[in-house]
Amino acid sequence: MRSQGSNHWRVLSSQILVCVCSSEAAFGDSVSSLSPTDIFAPASTPAKSIFGLSLFVLAVTGAIFLVVFTLLLYSVVKFRKRRSDDGREPPQVYGSNQVELAWTIIPILIVVALFMATARVIAIVQTTPPPGKPIAVTVIGHQFWWEYRYPDLGVVTANELHVPVSDPLHPTPTVIELLSADTDHSFWVPRLAGKTDLIPNHPNTMWIDPQETGVYLGQCAQYCGTQHAKMLLRVYVQTRDEFDRWIQQQRQPAVVNDAVSQGQRIFETTACINCHTVSGTVANGRFGPDLTHLMSRDTIAAGAAINTPENLRLWIRNPNRIKPGSLMPAMELNDQELDALTAYLETLR
Amino acid sequence: MSTDAIALPRTEPASRPIVSRLHDWVTTVDHKRLGILYMMYAMVFLLIAGIEATVIRIQLIRPHNDFVSPQVFNRLFTMHGTTMIFFVVMPFLFGFANYLIPLMLGARDMAFPRLNAFSFWMTAFGGLLLYFSLVGANGLYGAGNAPDVGWFAYAPLTSRTFSVGHSTDFWTLALLVSGFGSIGTAINIVATVLCMRCPGMTLAKMPLFAWLNLVMAGLVILCISPLTAAQIMLVVDRYLGGHFFDTQAGGSAVIWMHFFWVFGHPEVYVLVLPAFAFVSEIIPVFSRKPIFGYSVMVGATVAIGFISMSVWAHHMFTVGMSSAANNFFVISTMAIAVPTGIKIFNWLATMWGGKIEFKTPMLFCIAFLFQFLIAGLTGIMQGAAPFDWHLGSSYFVVAHFHYVIVGGIVFALFGAFYYWFPKMSGKMYSETLGRLHFLLFIIGFHLTFDFMHIPGLLGMPRRIYTYEPGRGWDTWNFIVTVGVFFQAAGILVFLGNLAWSYLRGTAAGSDPWDAWTLEWSTNSPPPAYNFASIPVVKSRRPLWDLKHPADPDWNYE
Amino acid sequence: MNAASMTVAEARIESDRPDRGRIGMLSLIAAEAAIFTIFVVAYIFYVGKSLAGPMPRDVLSVPVFYTICLLSSSLTIHLAAKFLREGNVLRFAILWLATIVLGTTFMYGTATEWHRLIYQDGFTISTNLFGTTYYSLVGLHGFHVLVGLVSLSIVMALTLLGSVQQEHAERVDVLSLYWHFVDTVWIVVFTVVYVIGR
Repeated sequence: MRSQGSNHWRVLSSQILVCVCSSEAAFGDSVSSLSPTDIFAPASTPAKSIFGLSLFVLAVTGAIFLVVFTLLLYSVVKFRKRRSDDGREPPQVYGSNQVELAWTIIPILIVVALFMATARVIAIVQTTPPPGKPIAVTVIGHQFWWEYRYPDLGVVTANELHVPVSDPLHPTPTVIELLSADTDHSFWVPRLAGKTDLIPNHPNTMWIDPQETGVYLGQCAQYCGTQHAKMLLRVYVQTRDEFDRWIQQQRQPAVVNDAVSQGQRIFETTACINCHTVSGTVANGRFGPDLTHLMSRDTIAAGAAINTPENLRLWIRNPNRIKPGSLMPAMELNDQELDALTAYLETLR
Repeated sequence: MSTDAIALPRTEPASRPIVSRLHDWVTTVDHKRLGILYMMYAMVFLLIAGIEATVIRIQLIRPHNDFVSPQVFNRLFTMHGTTMIFFVVMPFLFGFANYLIPLMLGARDMAFPRLNAFSFWMTAFGGLLLYFSLVGANGLYGAGNAPDVGWFAYAPLTSRTFSVGHSTDFWTLALLVSGFGSIGTAINIVATVLCMRCPGMTLAKMPLFAWLNLVMAGLVILCISPLTAAQIMLVVDRYLGGHFFDTQAGGSAVIWMHFFWVFGHPEVYVLVLPAFAFVSEIIPVFSRKPIFGYSVMVGATVAIGFISMSVWAHHMFTVGMSSAANNFFVISTMAIAVPTGIKIFNWLATMWGGKIEFKTPMLFCIAFLFQFLIAGLTGIMQGAAPFDWHLGSSYFVVAHFHYVIVGGIVFALFGAFYYWFPKMSGKMYSETLGRLHFLLFIIGFHLTFDFMHIPGLLGMPRRIYTYEPGRGWDTWNFIVTVGVFFQAAGILVFLGNLAWSYLRGTAAGSDPWDAWTLEWSTNSPPPAYNFASIPVVKSRRPLWDLKHPADPDWNYE
Repeated sequence: MNAASMTVAEARIESDRPDRGRIGMLSLIAAEAAIFTIFVVAYIFYVGKSLAGPMPRDVLSVPVFYTICLLSSSLTIHLAAKFLREGNVLRFAILWLATIVLGTTFMYGTATEWHRLIYQDGFTISTNLFGTTYYSLVGLHGFHVLVGLVSLSIVMALTLLGSVQQEHAERVDVLSLYWHFVDTVWIVVFTVVYVIGR
């Protein structure tokens, strides 16, 4: 940690930063009981770097607040007009160059310190390439769902991102390319990284290296239309074995089951195939999520509902009941068709 | 302190029919009447936008609430933001500027009275145009709909593809029209301050109020225009098949953001500099001392004006700019904290060693200092770009900017209302009701906006019509909503106080506060011609010189 | 309301303030300059970025003659204002008319160029990024020339009615500031569109 000059304040603040950085590990491992999306419970290097910076910034701004607030409180109490006031005006003071100089120079120094701490983290997160051998994922934002492609692994899926856990000693980060199919979105899973926007014609890149397995939550953080609020994010951080098995499973074409052939026929003759893909069948649409392994997901409609048969049926019957303003139309199917179709989709494991 | 010796006797004209009195108001070019028209207009929209905010908060009081549909919610937050900035805060500030600047400068009116009237009516028409969208725009979901693209209307959400119908066009045109009004007022302020000062009043002797509004006007001139340009481009895209923001044709969505924020950031300084102006006039009078460091305050203001034009992309830290760009905007954003901090210290130093009277205007200004300090500090937090990669587009930002606009600017506005109400109406307001307003409003403000920071820190993004339970956001949202009702109560007390005092208050006299700037030397309310004869000044506090002939300011300045 | 020890004479000398018409016009010019800056930035940003359609050098021909007309009109208006200040209303009127003629010629040039681009080359505002930025920037400038011409024509009409005299020289000078601004913008637009952008 750099320490320029003998300014006592600068030395003190660098000591604080050192304490903070070394305690990052202790803080970073804790899961927040306040929230699954607590920015102060980082589980991945970008989030941890930001966490360290945030503690430093909070300490500096907290100190400034205490000093100025104390002065304000003191002056309001000490210099209030007393009941016994003699009615004379107090000494008229017009200014003081030394005082002005002091409270110009000190803030400038504080600003320099803050900037240097900030520039360091920008370099860590943005400029330095992530360590180790990364997995590559392309995220394409849609109104109002997430498309995930693993270009090197030949997998296309939707709404639930799976990544391998990263051991700090042998890192296996995930590098994420961010694209958009329509308007602006933003990928924000607070415990893993700061948010990065998905903007059409403006590809962005970010990376994560989650160090604990589990499910990490987030949601779209750039207003993208009616259902911006329900474009939820679920990131499943798995052990390497689990992840490889998941990849293998996702690469398989769709299960064929004659028992649900009626449902499959309905799917393929109604407009479903205009938007959805089920690999190994004629369904090849790209506007909506890939449904080949729909039942491998815990939620539907980008997290708007749990993936149960009842919810699935309700969703197909009338998406506006679950997510009003979603771009999937109600297909006007009767009950019998709905039952058959749901049964078919339930086989897409 | 009596200056009645030179004030002209009041003559009551014979009461004229209401139609001709209304006609006078509609055709007025008198800066005082236009100032009051601006304020009345802003108050109506304050109530409307306040109701919009209340509905938003009711919808968010618990997760998965269904008080309003997502479509309505998205229109509500768009209209709330657009209305509050363009049709509430700006008209209030222009209203005060119009009313006070000629009086403080010893002039009879603004430089261009007819342009003044034109500017007011353009602004007024813009607001009506925005709300006409409720009736006139056909959106996707039915006839007549307000815009729902957010107050900064990011491309490509505003393209014809994603914004069907005309609601976005009403947003665009309303702001274009009122933008012309704002530029007109700004030209007027610049010309008045530079050309209409009374004899003896050099630029170094005019009230800080005039300086702050001068810099504000300069910012309006340089920075509303980029918004106008961007909006023309949007109209070209939507109606002439243009491709300015058409990503399918190789256009850039990011360039809209740049153009918008080149306007948007200086705009918040347009809003805050007049608030600084109020505070810079009120704190000295109620501390019984001159402002500490006048020249430094002027220098800091000009510095803020310049630096504010170089920080805009701190609204775009998450967009994926290069690290060089990110670093640049970190530096400029943090740099602007220096002159802003200097101002806070100077106000504190003004109070230091004084004899502080806690009248209602001063209560609001002290609260301003406390709240603006916090708002500035949360601004610095977001200026650290990686921290902003979390905080940006979350409820932390919403809390921060409401802290500045409500906790800072609106509090200063309330202080200004109480301070100058006696001058504008000739009546004194009720100090008891003023304190009640202060109490209710400050409780409500802190309940809402202190606790609003927390969901942001816990991952809650902005502009969502509902949220998931189990994210830890529920309790905080509940408390935030409760605070709204205290604020509403405070505002009702405020309006009641103004109305009651106007009708039944005691006469205030020309100088109820024992103050020192020229507006207090004339009647309350001032006659149409402002001053019996144009004053000649020798210092920054001409009335201090009159009241203390043995110890005038010009010996010390 | 007097500061006791200042004489009226002192006061009058001190109140030497700039002319408000001039300050007002300069402020307006600043605002307009800001608008044009944004359009110029958009133009420069999008140079070479069109995905399809004609490029500048395919369709643009440098309007040398019309540019000379417009820039000369700055000279004529400057001389016109000078003559009016000296009290020579006749010379003022002639040069004022010359300014209007030169400005109108420039507009004619823009109109013919656009006619050719649209009807011969099929190049419109919606063709590609170049089309959008070109027509917007040149069109915005042309619009300001038009507003200027209207203002100049009003003054011309008033002059013909005999209402414009030497005492109006200051106001006429303020109006000429706007015309000089419009010409300056053309220098920028010309450089960006016909020199750099090609």
